[in-house]
Amino acid sequence: MTILPIVRKEFRQIRRDKRALGILIFLPGFLLILVGYALNFDVKHVGVAVLDEDRTPESRRLAEGLTNSEYLEYTWSIRDRSEVDAVLDGAQARVVLIIPRGFSHTLLSGSTATVQVLVDGSNPNSASISAAYMLIGIRDYSSRILTEWMDRRGMEIALPVDIRPRLWFNPELKTAKFLVPGVFGLILLLSTVISTSLSVVREKELGTMEQLKTSPLHAYEIIIGKALPYVGIALVAATIILLMGWGLFDVTVRGSLLLLYGAILLFLLAGLGQGLLISAVAQTQQVAFFLSVFSSLLPTFLLSGFVFPLKSMPWLLQGIGAILPTKYFLIIVRSIILKDVGFWPLWPEFLALGLFTLATVTISSIRLHRDLSS
Amino acid sequence: MNAIREMIIKEFLQLSRDKRMRPIILVAPVVMTVLLGYAATVDVKHVGLVVCDLDNSPESRELVERFTNTGTFEVVGDVARPSDIDAYFDDARAVLAVIMPRGFGRDLKKGTTTSLQLLADGADANTANISLNYARQITIGFSQNLLVEQLLRRGGTMRIPQVAAETRVWYNPDLRSANYMVPAVVAMILMLLTATFTSVAIVKEREMGTMEQLLVTPMTRSQLMLGKLVPYVLIAFVDVILVLTVAVLWFSIPLKGSILLLFALAGLFVLTTLGLGLFVSTVSQTQQQAMMTAQFFVFFPMLFLSGFTFPIENMPVPVQVITYIVPLRYFLEIIRGVVLKGVGIETLWPQALALLAIGLTVLTLAVSRFQKRLG
Repeated sequence: MTILPIVRKEFRQIRRDKRALGILIFLPGFLLILVGYALNFDVKHVGVAVLDEDRTPESRRLAEGLTNSEYLEYTWSIRDRSEVDAVLDGAQARVVLIIPRGFSHTLLSGSTATVQVLVDGSNPNSASISAAYMLIGIRDYSSRILTEWMDRRGMEIALPVDIRPRLWFNPELKTAKFLVPGVFGLILLLSTVISTSLSVVREKELGTMEQLKTSPLHAYEIIIGKALPYVGIALVAATIILLMGWGLFDVTVRGSLLLLYGAILLFLLAGLGQGLLISAVAQTQQVAFFLSVFSSLLPTFLLSGFVFPLKSMPWLLQGIGAILPTKYFLIIVRSIILKDVGFWPLWPEFLALGLFTLATVTISSIRLHRDLSS
Repeated sequence: MNAIREMIIKEFLQLSRDKRMRPIILVAPVVMTVLLGYAATVDVKHVGLVVCDLDNSPESRELVERFTNTGTFEVVGDVARPSDIDAYFDDARAVLAVIMPRGFGRDLKKGTTTSLQLLADGADANTANISLNYARQITIGFSQNLLVEQLLRRGGTMRIPQVAAETRVWYNPDLRSANYMVPAVVAMILMLLTATFTSVAIVKEREMGTMEQLLVTPMTRSQLMLGKLVPYVLIAFVDVILVLTVAVLWFSIPLKGSILLLFALAGLFVLTTLGLGLFVSTVSQTQQQAMMTAQFFVFFPMLFLSGFTFPIENMPVPVQVITYIVPLRYFLEIIRGVVLKGVGIETLWPQALALLAIGLTVLTLAVSRFQKRLG
């Protein structure tokens, strides 16, 4: 109970700095809106420029069929090969389709006609997806031409395989549904790591740590007392994110709310441990802030599977990712929110979070204890 | 001039006194580049695949083999009932499942249409989308081969019309994500150092109470301001050179355009970020506030709204409109254009002009606010 006065002191200090408090509470919502609306992996409305050297009904049908969807859009008509460079350089189109002279003649005589697809590869993700759209479209056109050709010859053929794709959990493939749980982890971690590390280091920088030293409190009591208010604030922020995710992006929690909050609390404690570890190392707020950003923002953004698929990374990076709490938290949160998974399939992730928290809190209280008693 | 020099020296001394600051300024950008270069890959590889082969015929096994041959998919489970697939999706072991119905091989041999079910876990929308596309391509290829085989068997030397596509990728033929991301890191570091560091450096004097001391020196306000800003601009450009070196030597990113042009335009970009940093310093009382404001209300929104990882053309139209006032958007177009496409000022002048306009506006606003606050 000796930590209560410290908690009260920290709360008073936070309350006095109205703006920092405002940032801690409203920032999550702001970021959620930003991420929810702006971050989108869906590749749609890709600009396609067409160079139709053939100018026949067949070539026009191919060009129109390909670009008449929400994925590929006819944006530009090129008359000459020399214009292709300029169109791709100036990014007027990301894809150029070239239908060579003699296209329909070759097709109608029953052989294989080749078209060229040029893709702007500077954004590899969009490029590979748009190339796939183009290829699927061209193959589709090809099999239609084939069936018509057989029809005309009085032969009936059936396409061998009919594909029935189905999506689970997120049938409209909304990126927001995938990212909202990610934002959740990102914001919670950032705000706890930064605020705990800064609040401890500020005492060091302003020299008030000395005053705390003279108090009869044990090092870990001071630290936990300082960090607890931020955990409380982060819980409020978490609730705001959940409500907004539900209201704005239609992300409903399918699983157990109790389990979800349990996971959030555990994750916040992990962030607290990380923040304390940083405060044990840093002497100035500037350093503490950048260590916090580097150790929480970047890895969370990059190595946790928030945006980029973990499995495609080199094993070393996957290894680093495996140490970080966010990876486990994201798996838990996505599973609970999107798939209604219970505790048992997720216990290894819970265990990993617990171990991380235990390790960081132990190491940092040993270090800070040494600092304080020196 | 002397006064500014003294101020710059003071700032550098202060920075070097903090031992932990040096690695942050010199090592962190390199670490970030390497991390982003390797990690920021949206290539989809080793996607977990669950196979539910209810047919177990040579045909169904051939299709499964086609899936695994590409390296995109890795079979993580072979289940006997479709209901067993759930467990693999639940803990994210698999993203895709393929179900081949009973009679799959028989129908194919008979020449009638058989159906194939592909299930994807849409929770990870991007991976699901790309995997489904791959799976469809594989299946369509399989299907077309069968069709051609059948026709050849039936008609002997029959002629078959087909369309083949020859795909070529420009600028980044191997579709390496590093080529796209690493140039962007240069922009990110420029922004981080010039916007965040400067705002914090100024507020720190205020929080520590040393601002008063600086004000009573014979320095003018603008000298004071320049003295605070210049060191970070210098550091930022050193870091840009560092990161570009890593990019070219380590990631062998082709630097196709003119490096001088890049630096000149980076100068324009820095105008905007310095202005923002200065502005943040005028609205913050403590370092904590300055850092959070700079990070969360400048850095993050700029990162997300600039096309850093997420293409602008995918955003809803109102959001797209907002991106026009984000300076990073223009600088990313510039740096990617110069580095990957090798384009010059004749293509990039609209972006350069936009940066200049935004830079002058922001800087004027910030400087006048800064002067007022000091007075």
